[in-house]
Amino acid sequence: MSLKRNILDLRRRKKEAQQGGGEAAIGKQVAMGKKTARERIKAILDENSFHEYDLFVEHTGKDFDMEKKVLHGDGVIIGTGTMYNQPVCIYAQDFTVAGGSLGLMHARKITKIMDHALKMRVPIIGINDSGGARIQEGVNSLAGYGEIFYRNTEASGVIPQLSVILGPCAGGAVYSPALTDFVFVVENISKMFITGPGVIKTVLGEEISMEELGGALVHSEITGNAHFYALSEDDCFEQIKKLISYIPWNNTQKALRFPTQAPNFSVSIEDIVPSDPHYPYDIRDIIKAVSDSSDFFEIMELFARNIVIGFGRIAGNTVGFVANQPMYLAGVLDCDSSDKAARFIRYCDAFNIPIVTLEDMPGYLPGVDQEHAGVIRHGAKLLYAYSEATVPKVTVIIRKAYGGGYIAMNSRHLGADFVYAWPTAEIAVMGPEGAANIVFRKEIDEAENPAEMRKQKVQEYKDKFANPFVAASKGYIDEVIEPLETRARLIHSLEISEHKVDKRPAKKHGIPPF
Amino acid sequence: MEDKKPKYEVFVVNTAQYYTLHTKKYGLRKKWQADDPNEIRSVIPGTILEVYVKAGQDLAVGDKLLKYEAMKMQTILEVPFQGTVKKVLVSEGDKVKKDQVLILLEELNEDLT
Repeated sequence: MSLKRNILDLRRRKKEAQQGGGEAAIGKQVAMGKKTARERIKAILDENSFHEYDLFVEHTGKDFDMEKKVLHGDGVIIGTGTMYNQPVCIYAQDFTVAGGSLGLMHARKITKIMDHALKMRVPIIGINDSGGARIQEGVNSLAGYGEIFYRNTEASGVIPQLSVILGPCAGGAVYSPALTDFVFVVENISKMFITGPGVIKTVLGEEISMEELGGALVHSEITGNAHFYALSEDDCFEQIKKLISYIPWNNTQKALRFPTQAPNFSVSIEDIVPSDPHYPYDIRDIIKAVSDSSDFFEIMELFARNIVIGFGRIAGNTVGFVANQPMYLAGVLDCDSSDKAARFIRYCDAFNIPIVTLEDMPGYLPGVDQEHAGVIRHGAKLLYAYSEATVPKVTVIIRKAYGGGYIAMNSRHLGADFVYAWPTAEIAVMGPEGAANIVFRKEIDEAENPAEMRKQKVQEYKDKFANPFVAASKGYIDEVIEPLETRARLIHSLEISEHKVDKRPAKKHGIPPF
Repeated sequence: MEDKKPKYEVFVVNTAQYYTLHTKKYGLRKKWQADDPNEIRSVIPGTILEVYVKAGQDLAVGDKLLKYEAMKMQTILEVPFQGTVKKVLVSEGDKVKKDQVLILLEELNEDLT
């Protein structure tokens, strides 16, 4: 009889704690177009798979009358569950409880589940919806952030870390997502910044809305802090599920394998690329034409659009695609595109995902702003990332491969395992126009009709160097292939590389140009 | 999100012209201009607390131009070279933006002959 009473008491306590901030606060959350923390966790995990821990944790604040306040779960929900029937760890800040503010015990709950994820070698998903540090707890809340950052860094490259920004995430709080692998944002809901519009106005007199300062689109398009942009929370959860399907559970495993599916792209791979190298096309069409089910999951779609990164599958296995995008800025390399690609390459390398590079780029973006922004340092990241990566690396040169960009885009010289070129490839120090101007300067200047002579010399250079055969004659590319052979070559190359061993000198870590 | 028929821009790399689209961020970048040492500009947004000079005034190196407050720090701007004040564009109490021209100077070009 008494056991029954205990059980009923437990149920009552659970029910009370699970209310979070109570009806009024939940009403506010819903009015903002947001789901509750608990709903979010349920939406991401497999049905009925969530197990919660630390529901009864209480805050330890003693100042400013905090000891009289009850904050259920201290404003954060932690637990484990499954996705695709595989275990994952998850936490979600509960904005209805003291604005999801982070105090000592709130942070302890997060670090507890992070430690668990790292020990169990499973992914961790963090849902951020918090007003920031709990001011009443002073330095304890700062300590809490620091302990989270430390664990983010420790887990980096060992287990996948996903950050979902579903509310404000300001000040120090932004640095945990920034340290994780992938950041998801939702239009009108996500807000990330170091100093908010209020402070900026007071101190600097600059007036800007929260959305313009650190909204979802800003971080997707301008800052590059976010990797996935969604219009609603539901779309965001679908993106998370899709991403998880492409990546391994930890750095000692491979991604889930799916049955091989033939591409079903509507356009033939032979009809995508214009014959004139000065005209653009969408490089994603080529990715789709070679990928299983023509399915390509793009990452950072809106940022540095001159390079495309993302996951697809070839013969059932996940590959990471890195591809110049002639559709934007002619596909040049610049600071942002180098950062974007380099980090993705390091992700793939850390998690045993082969890298397929599709190359069509005319060189680096010229301009004072680029030089002063440090395109040397940023561009070097790309060289570093490709050279450092020991996963299988395959390159297909589609069209232009000029100068430093030819080297940077996973050339043989940086350790590519297989390099193929289409017959349309132009592998040269620079484009025919620029090269002819230099090589034949004298002839052009002294000609009766310089314009005509330039045209002639450009053609001469084009005939001689704007092809893949010079590089093929040196063995820098392994084979010139027909576009239709591309997928079969990729499948074969990845099969051959399945057991690749590439041992490098032992070191604590390299010193990449961060 | 893509336009069905995009309008391509001409984009020049190593004298070759390519047809392509610009990104939003590329459109937002500012064209570089060489600094004009005669233009005394604000480095960050702030408030002018005091102005020490008038138009037409002759200045020696190190003369005070104005006192400026930004991020709760007060800074006194001094004249970097010998010259005269051409124009004062701000007055005390003005809130100024980043990179706003505050004072125009005219450097004294000494005739060395």
